[in-house]
Amino acid sequence: MRIPLSWLREYAAVPADATAEDVMAELVKVGLEEEDVHRPTDELTGPIVVGQVLSAVKEPQSNGKTINWCQVRVVPEGAEQTLAGDGIDPSGVQGIVCGAHNFVEGDKVVVTLPGAVLPGDFRISPRKTYGHVSAGMIASVRELGIGDDHDGILVLSTLGLDPEVGTDAMELLGLYDEAAEINVTPDRGYCFSLRGVAREYAHATGTPFTDPAAGVVVPPAVGTGYPVRLEDAAPIHGTPGCDRFVARTVRGVDPTRPTPPWMSARLRLAGIRSISLVVDISNYVMLDLGQPLHFYDLDKLSGDIVVRRAVEGETLRTLDDRERTLDAEDLLITDASGPIGIAGVMGGASTEVSDATSNVLIESAHFDDVSIGRSRRRHRLPSEASRRFERGVDWHIADVAAQRAVELLLELAGGTVDDAATDVGQAPAPRVIELAADFPARLIGRDFTDEQIRGTLTDLGATVEQTDGGYRVTAPSWRTDLETREDLTEEVIRLVGYDTIPSTLPVAPPGRGLTRVQQQRRRLLNALAAAGLTEVLSYPFVSERSNAVFGSPEAGAAVGSVKLANPLSAELGYLRRSILPGLVELAKRNHSRGFRDLALFESGAVFLPGASVGTESIPPLGIRPDDAVLDALYAGIPDQPLTIAALLTGHEVPPSAGGMPRSWDWADAVDLVRLMAQVTGVDVVVRQGSHQAFHPGRTAEFTLRSGEVLGYAGELHPKLLAAQDLPARTVALEIDADLLFDAAADVIVARPLSTYPPATQDVALVVDAGVVAGEVLETLREGAGELLEDVGLFDVYTGQGIGEGRKSLAFALRFRAPDRTLTADEASAARDAAVALAAERFGAVQR
Amino acid sequence: MSETPDHAAPDGPEAQVPDPLDASSVAAAVDAALAAIAAAEDLDELKAVRIAHTGEKSPLSLANRGIGALPKEQKSAAGKNIGPARGRINQALAARTAELEIERDARILVEEAVDVTAAPRRRRTGARHPLSTLQERVSDVFVGMGWEIAEGPELESEWFNFDALNFKPDHPAREMQDTFFAEPPEAHLVLRTHTSPVQVRSMLERDLPIYVLCPGKVFRTDELDATHTPVFHQFEGLAIDKGLTMADLVGTLEHFTQQLFGDDAKVRLRPNYFPFTEPSAELDIWHPGAKGGPRWIEWGGCGMVNPNVLRATGIDPEVYSGFAFGMGIERALMFRNEVSDMRDMIEGDVRFSEHFGMEI
Repeated sequence: MRIPLSWLREYAAVPADATAEDVMAELVKVGLEEEDVHRPTDELTGPIVVGQVLSAVKEPQSNGKTINWCQVRVVPEGAEQTLAGDGIDPSGVQGIVCGAHNFVEGDKVVVTLPGAVLPGDFRISPRKTYGHVSAGMIASVRELGIGDDHDGILVLSTLGLDPEVGTDAMELLGLYDEAAEINVTPDRGYCFSLRGVAREYAHATGTPFTDPAAGVVVPPAVGTGYPVRLEDAAPIHGTPGCDRFVARTVRGVDPTRPTPPWMSARLRLAGIRSISLVVDISNYVMLDLGQPLHFYDLDKLSGDIVVRRAVEGETLRTLDDRERTLDAEDLLITDASGPIGIAGVMGGASTEVSDATSNVLIESAHFDDVSIGRSRRRHRLPSEASRRFERGVDWHIADVAAQRAVELLLELAGGTVDDAATDVGQAPAPRVIELAADFPARLIGRDFTDEQIRGTLTDLGATVEQTDGGYRVTAPSWRTDLETREDLTEEVIRLVGYDTIPSTLPVAPPGRGLTRVQQQRRRLLNALAAAGLTEVLSYPFVSERSNAVFGSPEAGAAVGSVKLANPLSAELGYLRRSILPGLVELAKRNHSRGFRDLALFESGAVFLPGASVGTESIPPLGIRPDDAVLDALYAGIPDQPLTIAALLTGHEVPPSAGGMPRSWDWADAVDLVRLMAQVTGVDVVVRQGSHQAFHPGRTAEFTLRSGEVLGYAGELHPKLLAAQDLPARTVALEIDADLLFDAAADVIVARPLSTYPPATQDVALVVDAGVVAGEVLETLREGAGELLEDVGLFDVYTGQGIGEGRKSLAFALRFRAPDRTLTADEASAARDAAVALAAERFGAVQR
Repeated sequence: MSETPDHAAPDGPEAQVPDPLDASSVAAAVDAALAAIAAAEDLDELKAVRIAHTGEKSPLSLANRGIGALPKEQKSAAGKNIGPARGRINQALAARTAELEIERDARILVEEAVDVTAAPRRRRTGARHPLSTLQERVSDVFVGMGWEIAEGPELESEWFNFDALNFKPDHPAREMQDTFFAEPPEAHLVLRTHTSPVQVRSMLERDLPIYVLCPGKVFRTDELDATHTPVFHQFEGLAIDKGLTMADLVGTLEHFTQQLFGDDAKVRLRPNYFPFTEPSAELDIWHPGAKGGPRWIEWGGCGMVNPNVLRATGIDPEVYSGFAFGMGIERALMFRNEVSDMRDMIEGDVRFSEHFGMEI
């Protein structure tokens, strides 16, 4: 909402030297947030004066144009030119070249004299053109920044003006005024008017407020005016769509008269374009009092006006010249011809006021906020009217606003008003709220005097009665937001001042600190960072194809994905089942910025919808749903396990003087999952795996001892890497961190440390090339028995002496007993048992 | 076989074997040895001197061996000549050896010097994302106050995100949120627009009183630009207890901001509107370390929990009251750590995280 200061001053005691910034500084105290300042003089400076064209000589030019060589008087005849400077003629008559032709000698115009600056940093100075020195410019409305019309210069008589020559044209056109733009929260609909904001300004500053509504006298109606019937057969939530309709008739208006500059200047500062006198008046009254109005061409109406819901299939051509199909829930204004407007949203074209209109019917009605909001959303038709109705309009202002419009029409457009007037509808019951005297103190944590409570609420316009132990408060009709004692308490502290709230620190009961999982997550992520990986955050929006490839190990498997109804981009219209597509994108971005050695990781939710997604209905607000309903809500929410993924490409250690370069490879991906398992103290099993996004021969699958799949690690599939333009051998991993945390032991039980010496034995086993080392190692562990302390693979050999299709795996076994020094025979026996089991399982032959 | 040692003594291979009974000839041999020892420039030379003057073939060794052939009554006198002489030589050798070893050790250390500035990088430096680090730091402040950290799903039932928080179905406030809906919209699933649904879950699931902080990722349908991102992070606090007041809200926010911005930090509340709080306020903080000098910075919203929210979770508003607040982590990173462009936080450029390392 933009507030022209000259307008605000009519109703509130704004100091004469206050700027828009000063006004906003006051309003922000009462909760109207500052947005912007609109000040024409920031872009426009004088001297800009009223001039009279003494002579205009047409001079055809070689380029085909004809210019006017004008002598323009800019000081009153007989007076002296008091301005001085380059290009200011002391005679008071300026020679000006003008390309426009919409004026004649004797016309009064706006002259921008040398030294003036117009919007766009357009500096006026004497310049040689078409064989003359042109000392100034005769301005159009567009050049002055006050309109779009550029067909010709502004002739002041077209605005109904005949000012004295030399008058300050900026003053005349309201260009010294400025506007403060404030943000109005959805609960404060009344602040979409000068009336409402002036009241708030008075609250903020403790100065008097002059209610513009109080100055309007609505004469008692004589007889019945235009017939209007309210026939809402399907109120929403039981609230009638229209509960008041005031109609007034003004006959014999001249809609072609110009809008006076003071009005168009205020509208312009308020952000509303001047259209025509009649439309401008309806907008002006709306801004003034907050009541949206609609003007009909009376002669285009036929029969009674009926306010009703639409019939399925009805259509209406709206003022924006679009044919709209109406919904049965739309509230309409209709006459015998059918729909003539979507109530409170937009009028129809067939009854629109035009230059030919002579008789006007003014509609000033009150509509249900919910109904208006739904129509506005349905037809995507936000308007100044719907904005106000949705946030609540004062029921009691309708007749006042209509009267104000009548007065302005009579004053500016002429005509006469019918004595008969229409005013149908039923006033809503006033909202009465009980407020215990101590409640504000209990909620805010400071004491309030009776005067602070009663006085504040009375200032707001409420009626306050004393009751036993408190107050009975009748909310003002324009404050539709005031419903509860908490609302009233907010009003009290808002006007007394939020800065008077004291500060006390409540002591929470003894807490339990971070949960185990929260601690595990931190340790895990910190361990990855310490291992040289960089944490990044990608968006969870992915393509359907990314989910198909990364979201399931098997190609072609039917996997559920959550699709967004309103994605930012149609391509990335799904929620991720895997973090890897995001990391692939971030890797590409880093590549494009010249970083080729990357180790990225991210932790976050993935979205794995099950059989049921969401719920058909949701319970109402303000009441706890029963357990069955809550359970259904919980059950409809897809699984979103915390997932950790990493992508490694390029070098771990880049080439450098004296350093050995090392590239990331599949083993790093595998090892990082082992690192995560170790950090959380969870025993995980790695085996050859298969995942469509990974290299078929270089994929590790990780499982818990329970058999649940934790995730995958290895080289990404070469085809996928080529398609994404990522380097070959880029590796990745992804695991379900929630599973890992679940598997972690509550308590890790210590192992006794034997201090007896170890006995070490190496064995080399020849197996088929297809046998994987991990399984042989596990078998050795199993076969060696309890004396085995550790076993590790230290060499893999293929080639001479082994045989075709065979390989040799060399393991180091370390034996130790808890209670004695092992003999060589005991260690050898254990080793032999281990080898025997490997021989049995894999046909392993000891070399 | 030659009588001469491998390395000739400085005074020549033909050194005279002294007469063990002739003190002056013994002294001459000692003098020759001491001179040779003193002249040795390094340990190798000294080794040669040792062999020449104390080895088996050295004059004094030979003289010493000659004592055995002397008459019995002369042996003692000869021994008294030879013994101390050999002792003096050995002492001088030991001293010179120690000297030369110190010199050698010092020389080796000089020779082993490296250019430490040319050390290659062997350990890759990783980093946490500063949004994560800041979120953890904020959490720690509240954990220190006895609060707990509550978390919940990002894809959420509309009821938890809106209705339970007193957003009426047709209220314009519901649209302010610019919500992502899951398909089909009739299933009432949304990407949460704030972490408040976690507050609702806390109220439904936890025992009273409740003091929880809910950090996490939230979503709005904003296009990415320098100051907006469709995915961002918040932390919201909720306290429900008997007799909590707006003054308690102020005190809590003040304590918290001082932990993050220093003892001079202050908070200021301005009236505002949220469906889920009444009274509601906009939160400004006085940031003493702000770029360009201390100033007020808009940071979030707060207020006293609307009784309708308490009712929606089965808490009696006649017995309990509460306060809630919510702030943006991206915004905090912008004004606390002087990040001027939101895009730097979410584009994943490794330079951004790596600059912060594990700190914030």
